[in-house]
Amino acid sequence: MEPTELSMLELGKKLASGELSSVEAVRACLARVDRLDGEVKAFLRVDREGALAQAEASDRRRKDGKRAGLLDGVPVGLKDLFLTEGLPTTAGSKILESFIAPYDGTVVKLLRAAGTPILGKLNMDEFAMGSSTENSAFFPTRNPWNLATSPGGSSGGSAAAVASRMAFGALGTDTGGSIRQPAALTGIVGLKPTYGRVSRFGVVAFASSLDQVGPMTRDVPDCAALLQTIAVHDPCDSTSAPAKAPDYFAELEAGVKGMKLGLPREYFELPGMDPEVRAAVEGATRALQKLGAELVPVSLPHTRFALATYYLIAPAEASSNLARYDGVRYGLRSGEGKNLLAMYGHTRDEGFGLEVKRRVMLGTYALSAGYYDAYYLKAQKVRTLIKKDFEDAFRTVDAVLSPTSPTPAFRIGEKVSDPLAMYLNDVFTLPCNLAGLPGMSVPCGFTRANLPIGLQILGRPWDEARVLRIGRAFEREHDFHRRTPPLGAA
Amino acid sequence: MSLTLEEVRHVAGLARLSLSAEEETLMRTQLSAILDAVDELSRVDTSAVEPTSHAAGDVSPWRTDDVRPSFPPEKALGNAPAKVGTSFAVPRIIE
Repeated sequence: MEPTELSMLELGKKLASGELSSVEAVRACLARVDRLDGEVKAFLRVDREGALAQAEASDRRRKDGKRAGLLDGVPVGLKDLFLTEGLPTTAGSKILESFIAPYDGTVVKLLRAAGTPILGKLNMDEFAMGSSTENSAFFPTRNPWNLATSPGGSSGGSAAAVASRMAFGALGTDTGGSIRQPAALTGIVGLKPTYGRVSRFGVVAFASSLDQVGPMTRDVPDCAALLQTIAVHDPCDSTSAPAKAPDYFAELEAGVKGMKLGLPREYFELPGMDPEVRAAVEGATRALQKLGAELVPVSLPHTRFALATYYLIAPAEASSNLARYDGVRYGLRSGEGKNLLAMYGHTRDEGFGLEVKRRVMLGTYALSAGYYDAYYLKAQKVRTLIKKDFEDAFRTVDAVLSPTSPTPAFRIGEKVSDPLAMYLNDVFTLPCNLAGLPGMSVPCGFTRANLPIGLQILGRPWDEARVLRIGRAFEREHDFHRRTPPLGAA
Repeated sequence: MSLTLEEVRHVAGLARLSLSAEEETLMRTQLSAILDAVDELSRVDTSAVEPTSHAAGDVSPWRTDDVRPSFPPEKALGNAPAKVGTSFAVPRIIE
């Protein structure tokens, strides 16, 4: 068996027993990158020397009896918006093409402390704005299950790298579904933690009240292990939760017997949901019922307003966050423009792609004098109602189940010219960000065309342990997460 | 809701974006369509609802104001598109 077929925790065990070395694991990943990434195009940058040096250091630690933990020596990839000292961090944008971070962000520091070699930086929609990775300024990433289709986005490079076994796991970020939707479309596990669970320090910002870092892995135990590594309080992020994270393994295998799982009728009534997606997700809910959970219909009445709410709040925050790209301290500077103001304008016009400009414009408009109350403030009030919908539902149920994405992977080019059609990809994932909840996608089936389908599990704030436990209960009885894309079989 | 070209130019000015004429036309069409779509929020009664700006707790944490190491100038200037000595250089502001 190829080492790359192992999960992160399985590899960790083989490293601990001396059956494999971290250098061998990194070499196996790099060999797959060489063989497959010309087609998949998940990586923006592969750091061969860095990854091998970190693997050698990991092998030495184990030899000296100083193993750093379960994941010491297990190679991972990073979405290219995590600041990594000495490596480019582009956020998928031309404006940051030459940017070399002067420091490691907090989650990168935590990974280094855990001993995971970093294979490289993974492709993404520019500034995480998009649902297909087609908005990368460099190239689109392809879905390993069908190269004509998109892996979703914005963490599409992370998803494709994990699904095609080029990395054992990866980190992504999720502002409206950017971890969960690509996880669903590529047949892997992806978790967006509760807002505040993971530090955002040293992560390129998109929408600061919604952004959250999370793991993307092949199975639920790996997801728990990676979350455990990064769910640490950080004084450098004022929204980072001071409370210590619980042990995510304590009840991981405890099953769902007696749990009440909510089925939000507004999600299942959505017009435009793919019938195969609906059938697979309904099948998954019945499987959880068989395992002892009680299925309870719930109502989240403001669901239909979540898309509009999100597409005002996220662009408004983005327009403010992206004001820093002005050609002065880092990044691209345009040679056009004789004075400072003209230099700003040309730099930003040349450096940003169309979707980013669209959202900066929309956000600036929604925040501008005369429109603030009608758009931004209104959206923040509806956000309160969406949050309250979940609070009401969680009084009667322990978690909520839905499809992750209304459709399986779509063809590259199919939706990119129609922003509103593209935004519909996020209809099931973004209410969770607005409410700040933890949400996970786990593989729950395949279409007749052999494209993966994801089940979304939403939990109460800080209840990641239960979300993982539900996902694990389902995963243990099924083999969807073990299937390998046809590409990987070669 | 249909934006005028003047409104598009005004917003682009606020956003410090020197859009091309084609981009201005495209933005006008697409932003108008998006504003139409988000207009459904006006149907929600929010007269008695407080806004939510953050999903995190309401309490801003405090930390002690300790002196910590910061970047040396050469590191802070490492990504500067243009610099003079230990400063970022920009086009002349005062004639």
